[in-house]
Amino acid sequence: MRLTQGQFSFLPDLTDDEIKLQIAYALSQGWAVAVESTDDPHPRNTYWDMWGQPMFDLADPAGVMMEVNACRKANPGKYVKVLAFDATKGFETIRMSFLVARPKEENGFELVRSEGPGRNVHYTIRRYATAKPTGMRY
Amino acid sequence: MQLMADSNITDQKARYKPGVLKYKQMGYWEPDYQVKDTDVLAAFRITPQDGVDPEEAAAAVAGESSTATWTVVWTDRLTACENYRAKAYRVDPVPNAPGQYMAYIAYDLDLFEEGSISNLTASIIGNVFGFKPLKALRLEDMRLPTAYLKTFQGPATGIVAERERLNNYGRPLLGATMKPKLGLSGRNYGRVVYEALKGGLDFTKDDENINSQPFMHWRDRYLYCMEGVNKAIAETGEIKGTYLNVTAATMEDMYERAEFAKELGSVIIMIDLVIGYTAIQSMAKWARKNDMILHLHRAGHSTYTRQKSHGISFRVIAKWMRMAGVDHIHAGTVVGKLEGDPNVIRGIYDTCRETHMPQALEHGILFEQPWAGLKKLMPVASGGIHAGQMHQLLTYLGEDVILQFGGGTIGHPDGIQAGAVANRVALETIVKARNEGRDIWNEGPEILAKAAKWCQPLRAALDTWKDVTFDYASTDSVDYVPTPTPAF
Repeated sequence: MRLTQGQFSFLPDLTDDEIKLQIAYALSQGWAVAVESTDDPHPRNTYWDMWGQPMFDLADPAGVMMEVNACRKANPGKYVKVLAFDATKGFETIRMSFLVARPKEENGFELVRSEGPGRNVHYTIRRYATAKPTGMRY
Repeated sequence: MQLMADSNITDQKARYKPGVLKYKQMGYWEPDYQVKDTDVLAAFRITPQDGVDPEEAAAAVAGESSTATWTVVWTDRLTACENYRAKAYRVDPVPNAPGQYMAYIAYDLDLFEEGSISNLTASIIGNVFGFKPLKALRLEDMRLPTAYLKTFQGPATGIVAERERLNNYGRPLLGATMKPKLGLSGRNYGRVVYEALKGGLDFTKDDENINSQPFMHWRDRYLYCMEGVNKAIAETGEIKGTYLNVTAATMEDMYERAEFAKELGSVIIMIDLVIGYTAIQSMAKWARKNDMILHLHRAGHSTYTRQKSHGISFRVIAKWMRMAGVDHIHAGTVVGKLEGDPNVIRGIYDTCRETHMPQALEHGILFEQPWAGLKKLMPVASGGIHAGQMHQLLTYLGEDVILQFGGGTIGHPDGIQAGAVANRVALETIVKARNEGRDIWNEGPEILAKAAKWCQPLRAALDTWKDVTFDYASTDSVDYVPTPTPAF
């Protein structure tokens, strides 16, 4: 199963040069770029582990790329994403989000159905990997 | 006594003598009026009957949409009637439209009940549209003062919170309306929902007239749709939704359906414009209270928005709906099968998404409009669009938009999932290329063709629909440009 969160998950994985171009775009818009990782990519896991703070004062895509690589190296076999934060009034939110690393084998989610009265079904989505404690999932 | 004098009669005895006066004489024409920051302003396109003076026609519109009746009434003198009279303060001939005039009218804030679109519209588009001395009348734009906007809830969710809830950033959202719109059983309908979402769409959608018919009752539809939604979420790791249409005969029915959608874990419900302004505001309050995104399908609007001479411009409807509190509104595609001049569409999209709108005559925006912190309304582009137009859609419509490919997904030669893949790959390819600094307007077809080399579903989509365009002149265009722009 290929996790398709983020802006570019339906495309072939981005090369480092392509990632750099996307970072350059974010910086040209005045956005702060951040790097985050996780081994629990549940779609409602909002808070991945931050690789430091968003890089508010970095203007060079190469510098951001170094942080991307450092985060990837420190979190082998995990998901890593790049985010861009926009502080402009009316937005003040994330403007970009795309994966830059994923585990070799993505083992997907179980859809847990719990049947109730009146044919109602309550659904829970559980990542197979999260049955194990963090750090031992991939 | 100068009873036929063509201006405001200041002598009170003469002014209130029983009988009929011109509207200008009654005080509804005030060319020197200083517009107040708290006034509601409206611009009407008026087409007076032959021989009717445009200023008198403008005054009549002001009168009939505020305090006036056809004859003098002494009971005006029991009120501070000067305040309650709307004032026509400016009339301009419309360029290239003989016999048409743009009339600007100011209304005092106290004429309106707080937070009520029904009250606002009962005045502004009430009796006045059937007024005999006018051949035709069209409400072109309005300026709602901050003081009044602050009495409205605004979008229940708004674009920012919607994206944060969906965990979806940096690209237009993708949707599709389920087809055929009528006749599928609940089980078969849910199949289409599942296939489209699994393939890569973010949303699927009930059509406007899918409510609770003999072939599929609403509970059945909701249950099967949510099975499809949750299965697709589990198989992709993305949050997805389907707009469950809760439109029904009564508010009680609509609340019941909305509650059931909530119970099943749906992130979004849908209503039709035909339910009426009060019902829309009620559902918007319900949606805010229940963490629900509220989609509005503009069913019925073309009966009064399409013709330039008579009715209401859709940008005004969009303004009212942002105040009323919906989160999504169908707002045109430019390139698709439905009416849409590029400049008109731009004005409507700005109305949905900007926090402050300057006057932009070239987009039909006649007034500056600050939005006073009302959340942004997500425009939806739907109707006859396909993957091969992705570069045009992104250029015209920007990023905060939902692109809905109904036929363009379900009609794909290799099936619904393939149709969804084609659209998603086309979208991500074009967004990526734009961010990389490519000239997507000119290079778009080439960029898509390159992606189609490794993506078979995209190739099939491009081959199937490559020659499909809807190239007709728009009936609704803006007046303040030297040449009309063609529709694509």
